[in-house]
Amino acid sequence: MSSGSLINEQSLDRLQRAAFGYFLQAVNPANGLIADNSRGNSPASIAVVGFALSVYPVAVERGWMTRSDALERSLSVLRFFRDSDQSGSPEASGFKGFYYHFLDMHTGARVWRSELSTIDSALLLAGALTASLYFTANTPEETELRELVTMLYLRVDWRWSQGGAATIRQGWKPECGFLHYGWEGYNESIVLYVLAMGSPTHPLKDDSYEAWTATYQWEHLYGYDYLYAGPLFMHQFSHAWIDFRGIRDRFMREKRCDYFENSRRAIEVQREYARRNPHRFAGYDENCWGLTACDGPSNLLPELANERRSLFGYAARGVPYGPDDGTLSGWAAPASLPFAPEIALCAVRNMVQRYPEMLTAQRYTSSFNPTLANAGSSAWVSAGHFGLDQGIVVMMIENYRTQLIWRLMRDCPYVHAGLRRAGFRGGWL
Amino acid sequence: MSTPVYGAPDFEAAGFSRFLYSRIATMQQRNAFYSTAPPDAHDRERLNNVHPAGWRNPQPAGRYNLVVVGAGTAGLVAAHAAAALGAKVALVERELLGGDCLNVGCVPSKAIIRTARLYAEMRNAEQYGAQIPGDIRVDFAAVMERMRGIRARISRSDSVHRLIAAGVDVFFGHAYFTGTDTLAVDGTKLRFKKALIATGARPNTTCIPGLVKTDYLTNENIFDLTELPRRLLVIGGGPLGCELAQAFCRFGAQTIIAQEKPLFLPKEERDAAQLLSDAFSRDGIEVRLNTRAVNIRVEGGQKLVDLVSDDYSITVAVDAILVGTGRVPNVDGLNLEAAGVDFDTITGIRVDDFLCSSNRRIYAAGDACLEHKFTHTANASARIVVQNALFLGRKRLSALTIPWCTYTDPAIAHVGLYVRQARERDIPVKTFTIPMHDVDRAIADDEEAGFVKIHVKEGSDRILGATIVARHAGDMINEITLAMVAGIGLRTLAHVIHAYPTQAEAIKKAADAYNRTRLTPRIQWLLRRWLT
Repeated sequence: MSSGSLINEQSLDRLQRAAFGYFLQAVNPANGLIADNSRGNSPASIAVVGFALSVYPVAVERGWMTRSDALERSLSVLRFFRDSDQSGSPEASGFKGFYYHFLDMHTGARVWRSELSTIDSALLLAGALTASLYFTANTPEETELRELVTMLYLRVDWRWSQGGAATIRQGWKPECGFLHYGWEGYNESIVLYVLAMGSPTHPLKDDSYEAWTATYQWEHLYGYDYLYAGPLFMHQFSHAWIDFRGIRDRFMREKRCDYFENSRRAIEVQREYARRNPHRFAGYDENCWGLTACDGPSNLLPELANERRSLFGYAARGVPYGPDDGTLSGWAAPASLPFAPEIALCAVRNMVQRYPEMLTAQRYTSSFNPTLANAGSSAWVSAGHFGLDQGIVVMMIENYRTQLIWRLMRDCPYVHAGLRRAGFRGGWL
Repeated sequence: MSTPVYGAPDFEAAGFSRFLYSRIATMQQRNAFYSTAPPDAHDRERLNNVHPAGWRNPQPAGRYNLVVVGAGTAGLVAAHAAAALGAKVALVERELLGGDCLNVGCVPSKAIIRTARLYAEMRNAEQYGAQIPGDIRVDFAAVMERMRGIRARISRSDSVHRLIAAGVDVFFGHAYFTGTDTLAVDGTKLRFKKALIATGARPNTTCIPGLVKTDYLTNENIFDLTELPRRLLVIGGGPLGCELAQAFCRFGAQTIIAQEKPLFLPKEERDAAQLLSDAFSRDGIEVRLNTRAVNIRVEGGQKLVDLVSDDYSITVAVDAILVGTGRVPNVDGLNLEAAGVDFDTITGIRVDDFLCSSNRRIYAAGDACLEHKFTHTANASARIVVQNALFLGRKRLSALTIPWCTYTDPAIAHVGLYVRQARERDIPVKTFTIPMHDVDRAIADDEEAGFVKIHVKEGSDRILGATIVARHAGDMINEITLAMVAGIGLRTLAHVIHAYPTQAEAIKKAADAYNRTRLTPRIQWLLRRWLT
């Protein structure tokens, strides 16, 4: 069965373009910030800005946006971050080159007492670096963009983010210092470590990456050997920017695998879990999966207040240990395209055919839950759209189609340096 | 119970400071109230077994082969084992034979956990295709009476009468060393060739401001309760806190558990701890991770506790507080300096791998010196001491393979190395994971939460360790422990027929999964060639 018979290029294009549309609707043109989600009064998310900076070049290449428009939007938001308050005060935008997770859409000040987020800052900077590698013309505007990105990247004090520990802390707050959440095991933060190791100004200590990978667990589950991480996004996000095909760090050399192949196996494990469907939720099967970080049908919602089973709001759902409340993310399938095209395309088509309500305005909602179907048999669907979901859909479809983002980032000297310091060898390196 | 006569001159002669004398006097006063459990027939039976009223200490023998200080698990095991091998043994206990395990630990906690599980199953009866009973009322007094009955029954095997029958001289009273080969029990001198310090440990309650000014619960008094607290705060997410938080929640107490670390049972694998957090939430426990209790005060008859989590703080009002923030060894008041025994108030008696202290005549075992404070570790360490101290043995503590289990629902059991420990030692490790939802019996029992993870050295079938999360994890881990001790690898385990259907089949499935990985593409090709 060829990929083409599963879903045609036109459909894929429609999904990708619809996802991109989020960034046009959710932007504040005055400063370029992008809302975390489409619900009313959503603040900006710095990670979603990182995705925006990465998808503008895609839109230019696909003819959905002019180069000058993309450049203007990118410059606007990069200038905002350059000029933002970096004092680390409770109302600032950032500190030590990092930024608070959520910012006011208009003033850019920290909101929701959010944490200074290392991983979300890394996603923002990965997007900024993508832009700097795309806008390479020798014009004053594009030169300014590249200088801005370099300045923003070089001022990040990655070593400070270790907080004296062996590995990077997840966050910091002016009220209490570094947060104490456990952040061990494989997850989405390879891109964070790569950027932090590659910095010529404030890099991590030499042994930081090894200290992090020491917490990995190589497991044999459902017949697959893989580096375990439960939620699927952990196997996808870093891969949106970095092409891990054929490059290996010490851990992967030891396992005769690479992170790209590992993500493919993680998708197989998702399918196996969905096929087993231990909690007997509606809809789950080998072509209907996607347990990942997403919105969900919390018991706090008035219409679900009487539901007896435990439901989770926005949570990192994962396999095989959960949490699992019957909620799946449709976007997890297109975000898996580069790793396992046939499986992913089959799932994209199958899920959209069976639960078309998961798309609104052709765009993936954060999640759907067929077990909580309404009287008309429509699955429960998360309201609105989330920027992270749209960003990963645009980027991974593009990497599947043209490898544009991967090709751009392969030329990034900081990524090269970071990968090498982390011990990666082989392949395109 | 006879009232011992304490003489100040003995302490002075032993070189005690006035300060130390005062501390010992306080402890002696405490001994008079060693049980506040309801004095029913069950508890009278227990006390008759573990500290009979009117007890009179025997006349000491000339010189004992072994004097054991402390009659918890380690002390009892050592005394019985040494006596059985012909040694002249004295055993000194200041409170109750059986120690924490029998009186305020494993035995009473497991008894009430069983009842708590039954209540949980009654409420979830529909899950098993059964009717939920019409009126589920928790009779807490009955729960505790059942526990006392079980405790009394099990106390028979730890009884003073059995010790006497075994030829052990039993002394009740406070022991303190008076020299390198002598100690005194409330003034009576005992001489020894070898001694074993097995004084156990006690709850660490020093870390919470305001706690000492209020009445609070620890494992030492929670089993004396006769009424269920309406609102309970459990401080600490170690084994004790987790087990009792779940049990008391299932009895109907509004339960909050505050744990300073990001996950419960911080030594365990994070997936295990995560599954436990999920189970707690399902039970209705208010889970507060990354949370410290920073102040406790009493107002209007209720306890107000300030909890802080990073930049978030909240004050909770409760009726009872259970403290489960670790244990500290009992090394005070033994006058260890006089015996030349090095110790630390946090880590306990300093011993080498043969469990010998800085005084070659004196050994230690159990919670008084070990990191892993478990009954079965105390038992195993006591056996090492008997061999090494009395029979020139060279048994090593480090050679032991020690499993452990936290008896929550699901239970969490572990043996051997964790993945992280293996990786830190540069041992390539691979984990064979079987979720319990792949095990037929677990499906039939509706006990699918959990997994079996067996860690092997990559490229071999040598088992490095295992973690099991399952309803019966404590029983299942024994098979892995046996395999590790006997040097049996996964390849052999795959040949062991397991009765079907059992939950322990998960272990066989992990072994089968290992065997399948041996079918390399080349071998598969050869097999196909053979068959065609």
